[in-house]
Amino acid sequence: MSDYNFTFAGAALVARADGSLWWPHERLLCVSDLHLGKSERVARRGGAMLPPYDTEETLSRLKAAIDVTAPATVICLGDSFDDLDAANAVTDDVRATITTLQAGCEWVWIEGNHDPGPVDFGGSHCADLVRGAVIFQHIAETEATRASGEISGHYHPKASLPGIAARACFLITKNRIILPAFGAYTGGLSISNPVFDPWIDEQTRAVLIGKVATPVPANAILKQR
Amino acid sequence: MDRAAEPATLLIAPTGGGKTLSGFLPSLIELADGKHDGLHTIYVSPLKALAADIKRNLGTPITDMDLPIRVEDRTGDTSYTQKRRQRADPPHILLTTPESLALLVSYEDAPRMFKGVQRVIIDEIHALAESKRGDQLLLALSRIQSIAPDLRRVGLSATVEDPDQIARSLARNPDPCPIVRADPGPDPDISMLITDEKPPWSGGGAKYSIPSVLELVKQHKTTLIFHNTRAQAEIFFHNLWLANDESLPIGIHHGSLSRDQRAKVETAMTHGELRAIVCTGSLDLGIDWGDVDLVIQIGAPKNVKRLIQRIGRANHHYNAPSKAVLVPANRFEVVECVAALQAAKDHDLDGDPPSPGPKDVLCQHILIAACAGPFRATDLYHEVKSVGAYANLSRAEFDDCLDFCATGGYALRAYDKWKRLKETNGQWHLRDPRSCAQIRMNLGTIFDHETLKVKFKRAPKTLGEIEESFAATLTQGDTFLIGGQIVRYEGLNQLTVEVSRQKGREPKVATFNGTKFSTSTQLSQRILQLFQQNNWPDLPDHTSEWLSMQRDYSKLPEPGRLLVETFPQDGREHMVVYGFAGINAHRTLGLILTQRMEAAGLNPLGFVVTDYALMIWGLDEVTDPASLLDPQNMYYGLETWLQGNAVMKRTFRIAATIAGLIDRNTRQGRKTGRQATFSSDILYDTLAKYDPEHLMLRITREEAMRGMVDFGRIEEMLNRTKGQVDHVKLDRITPLAAPLFLEPGRIPVWGEGREKLLQDRAAALMDDAGLSDL
Repeated sequence: MSDYNFTFAGAALVARADGSLWWPHERLLCVSDLHLGKSERVARRGGAMLPPYDTEETLSRLKAAIDVTAPATVICLGDSFDDLDAANAVTDDVRATITTLQAGCEWVWIEGNHDPGPVDFGGSHCADLVRGAVIFQHIAETEATRASGEISGHYHPKASLPGIAARACFLITKNRIILPAFGAYTGGLSISNPVFDPWIDEQTRAVLIGKVATPVPANAILKQR
Repeated sequence: MDRAAEPATLLIAPTGGGKTLSGFLPSLIELADGKHDGLHTIYVSPLKALAADIKRNLGTPITDMDLPIRVEDRTGDTSYTQKRRQRADPPHILLTTPESLALLVSYEDAPRMFKGVQRVIIDEIHALAESKRGDQLLLALSRIQSIAPDLRRVGLSATVEDPDQIARSLARNPDPCPIVRADPGPDPDISMLITDEKPPWSGGGAKYSIPSVLELVKQHKTTLIFHNTRAQAEIFFHNLWLANDESLPIGIHHGSLSRDQRAKVETAMTHGELRAIVCTGSLDLGIDWGDVDLVIQIGAPKNVKRLIQRIGRANHHYNAPSKAVLVPANRFEVVECVAALQAAKDHDLDGDPPSPGPKDVLCQHILIAACAGPFRATDLYHEVKSVGAYANLSRAEFDDCLDFCATGGYALRAYDKWKRLKETNGQWHLRDPRSCAQIRMNLGTIFDHETLKVKFKRAPKTLGEIEESFAATLTQGDTFLIGGQIVRYEGLNQLTVEVSRQKGREPKVATFNGTKFSTSTQLSQRILQLFQQNNWPDLPDHTSEWLSMQRDYSKLPEPGRLLVETFPQDGREHMVVYGFAGINAHRTLGLILTQRMEAAGLNPLGFVVTDYALMIWGLDEVTDPASLLDPQNMYYGLETWLQGNAVMKRTFRIAATIAGLIDRNTRQGRKTGRQATFSSDILYDTLAKYDPEHLMLRITREEAMRGMVDFGRIEEMLNRTKGQVDHVKLDRITPLAAPLFLEPGRIPVWGEGREKLLQDRAAALMDDAGLSDL
């Protein structure tokens, strides 16, 4: 009961409380915006020396999701690495962890704006991927309608209810899903930001993640503002 | 004047003794011949406004005597071009703030600018001495002193409880620092307001006193009406105007108001146009406001030292006594006010023991030093130790901070390639010069709450600011007070709260800036001693009768014992702990005790705290409070509770920002809609999980123990009472406990309940929107 089950483009999907998207029929697990290597990139650019445990933490969360769902396909929906140099600079430990995670399943790296080229890891690399009636790509299209379903990440949506601190969330419309960022060191952009306007109508739900995946009508959240 | 050659001097004089100008006299004399080239004297004040004030006051003698002396100020308000010019061609006398001075020290050309400096004057040093701003200032001075070894230091202070302590922090360790005391003048004339109407049992508004306060304003030339919180000042101001039939000119001044609005009040005040100002701590410091002849303190002063300083604002003439009236806001505060009056009469000023120099400020200082140029660790270590607060800093502690600045100081994984500081040939320097801009941008130790500007729709003028957390509780149509007017919340536009005018309705209570300071240990002790008297001739009848009833029916709290009452009321079991440890410590105690009660199956439902007591209610009776309050158990409870606590996270955010781990200006990122910035809570959780002994977490624990968590006061309470718990079991509510039932700010105990609340609310919204079946 801690996840949110819903129907999208004719498919039964699950918005998991950990921020990953699960498609049981396809045995497909999708996560977005891992931003692996973020602390390393900040340090490289002369910024603060953040606790260098984010990559480890993100991968351990991903491992937990994979252990529970046992997927046939894993899609990393872009911005998997904080930049391409970060992808090249990962430690042997991290490389080994990723290889272990990839064992026994089809692994797809979708390109994002932070990691626009191929990365030196197993699995396939592509700009987008079509599965059934659904297209996976990093950034959502802005026109309100799209014939088939579209699943993307990039925006790191978050939302809050009165008295409760903002939480990362899925944004789910009739034909579009925007995933929350899965990475440990990721912030969020409130869904009340005008950027999200094209996708919010009376059917749009924000599914807040945390201990429990909690759906809330997006309009109800906007109305508080 | 005879002291001008001392390496350090502390001058103590009551406010208005002309001490600031006397600090400048030696400089004016030395500069009079026009031979000194470059910077000669630095004046540092805690307030920008004070620097501007001094510039005006110094201008007169310099112009009158036609002296060849250039005086300029440099604060956060100074223009970029002016600042650049000052670095190339510094004035003789520079008036500045600790933050602006630290910034100057961070530039590569600091040695050129400071090499000829003769004297630094620190004004209102008592206000800086107890803060990180003061630590930062003295660290900056230690750098300047290395550049200009002959630098002499002059501190100007209001009356303080422990002048030696301030003198020690002012002087370069181990230099001596003679203290010069001006005649303190006659004792102030302080009394407590006694009205026909009895003060209410609880609350802080003191609305009952409005007619009497107006009467006092009429009888005096200019009155300052001090409040302990901005919210209370707003509400009082509003009510004062409702009763102000003669339309006496009365203004309001506090830190949440826009700068324009404050400046307007300040100007009106200087011109003698106002009869009264309702204000908060923003007027605590010594700006000269002219002819104030009465100070009214609304609500118990909480701290005798602050009371004396506020009273010092009245009657800025040397030989007349200052006049002040205390207005207790509720019945208990009557006792506290009387205790404060006695303390003031005995010159018993309270003060906290000095704590060692904070390490987050040291980390920032190391980064500032690196911005200015390469340094040797040993040299910097000895320089830092010349600052009194850091005199006992061990080399290992220093190296810890240096390592944190250089590599982040992580136990399990190291940045080897991308260090922030590198050591080359024994000299530490920035690896990437781009770091400089970021370090300077984050400089400073003042940490404001996240605030949002409040404006009328389609109007450019800012009315003031409210805390983000308060804004988050507002929904459209809610009304609150700001700048003395009631406004209606319309919505949030970017980072601005939009409001409309609202006439003549009771506002929803403004709870912004709810942080309260605790009643001091000394004052609490005095209250406990007062309770031990056989009768109370100093107290009004209504209050002494109340205390007598408590003594007959239950017991009055004693200094060396801990009184705990338990009784049923309204179908709930209640426990009242009269800890007298202050509101922050009681809040912590409440969180720890309810957690332990939850574990013991006593089903606590909530608690409420004041400065003198903690009351917990729940489904089951507490039969053995002594074991619940056992120190051993208390420490255990603290450890488990602290970890996930919001106070810890807030303390971490402040310390990590000062130490340079988090950027101060994350708001910029939010404004541009970037999702790259993430909450400091994430870093806190990560460190707690992977690196629990990391320097930043150690700093956070140390700070929290003193600040909002205030565990030190709980320890003090436990030591004072040594397990002597007086448990009084009763069948109904007691007189002393009764006001607690009316106290606002009840804290519910959620546990899993909060999660449940979210689920229910979300489910209802989904139903309303007809989306449940999607």
